[in-house]
Amino acid sequence: MRKAISVKEAADLIPDGTSVMFGGFLGVGSPERLFDALAARGVKRLTIIGNDTARPGVGVGKLIDAGCVTRVIASHIGTNPATQKKMIAWEIDVELVPQGTLAERIRAGGSGLDGVLTPTGVGTTVAEDKRVLEIDGADYLLEAPIRADFALLHAHEADYFGNLTYRLTAANFNPVMAFAADCVIAESDHIVPVGVIPPDAVRTPGVLVNHLVGRAC
Amino acid sequence: MDAKEVITRRVALELRDGMLVNLGIGLPTLVAAYVPDGMHVAFQSENGIIGFGAPPPQGMEDPNLTDAGGGFISALPGAIAFDSVTSFALIRGGHVDMTVLGGLQVDSKGRLANWMVPGKIVPGMGGAMDLVTGAKRVIVAMQHSAKGAPKIVEELTLPPTAARRVSLIVTELAVIEPAEDGLALRERAPGVEIEEIVANTGAKLSIPAHVPEMALIAD
Repeated sequence: MRKAISVKEAADLIPDGTSVMFGGFLGVGSPERLFDALAARGVKRLTIIGNDTARPGVGVGKLIDAGCVTRVIASHIGTNPATQKKMIAWEIDVELVPQGTLAERIRAGGSGLDGVLTPTGVGTTVAEDKRVLEIDGADYLLEAPIRADFALLHAHEADYFGNLTYRLTAANFNPVMAFAADCVIAESDHIVPVGVIPPDAVRTPGVLVNHLVGRAC
Repeated sequence: MDAKEVITRRVALELRDGMLVNLGIGLPTLVAAYVPDGMHVAFQSENGIIGFGAPPPQGMEDPNLTDAGGGFISALPGAIAFDSVTSFALIRGGHVDMTVLGGLQVDSKGRLANWMVPGKIVPGMGGAMDLVTGAKRVIVAMQHSAKGAPKIVEELTLPPTAARRVSLIVTELAVIEPAEDGLALRERAPGVEIEEIVANTGAKLSIPAHVPEMALIAD
């Protein structure tokens, strides 16, 4: 069993200059309360890893707005003009990764695999400076695993073992990221007693979760 | 009928019963409105759902039920939701029968460019590179030219989305099929002459003796 901590206590665990992966697809399934607390504290020089940078004022866009971020690894930044502006001004360094490759690189990082061989990106700018391996006549890129210091997740339900469930399209990158960070912090819509979530319904095993964020109050 | 409607009504004829289809953001999304009666097509959105439908009535949206463009959708009976790893295993693993994507350029090798314009817009590739690499069929649905400049060109001047040759190009003027030896003109839009297609195409087209007028799906 673990005790839920306040959102401020959770944000205070994250020092300046660390790497943070976060769930969410255009803000859907993102830990909004954790982002609010991090922006309020004014954390600096974060590397953020996620599908996209949402929009100004939404999801991880709040951290972009507040100047907390110096590096982004994402598949898409087109919906957030602030990210593009800061990229052009050299305030943020952006690495664009194909969405499926991003998912698999994170999966590799969390599951003891030292790389991914994928056909995605062969013959494109994504292949620059990467090893191309020919296997049985087809070319594949060798993509490196991705891990982070912290993973910030958003779940639908959590119990006090840290078991998590997700709703509909709000799962996205959350389940895979739970494996790939040294410290996993989960924010959820509901915290329920242990035993309430049926074992088959648990999508993220609680053993992966280090901290639960308590109910909003 | 405007250009977009011609394109979407022609692309809809590529749908087959039982297909799993991924529609790109923008023009391709409109194809969903033209699924023929009695045909069952499952639509995937790469943020993690198969079996979504039109946006629900205003006020009945679920914040956790959106498409890859962030728009609210509904879940049809039998819909399933999954995470990004599963979603791209479906895409990269060849389980998606067809994807319909917009295009900035297609060249004589059938290579598609649709994710960035250097020095102008760098939105990121999102799922486009995986879709073009992994879907069984890749249909490019786009206007034939942009501000008078051909989008079908001999050699891409924009960064390619994948090395793979796309399956079919559908524009408001023509249906063009990329093959090993170049681009073949397959169909012309209603009322469009071959000369007009050639004049608006920046790559060599092989033109068979008979180029039928394209059929368009009815309402």
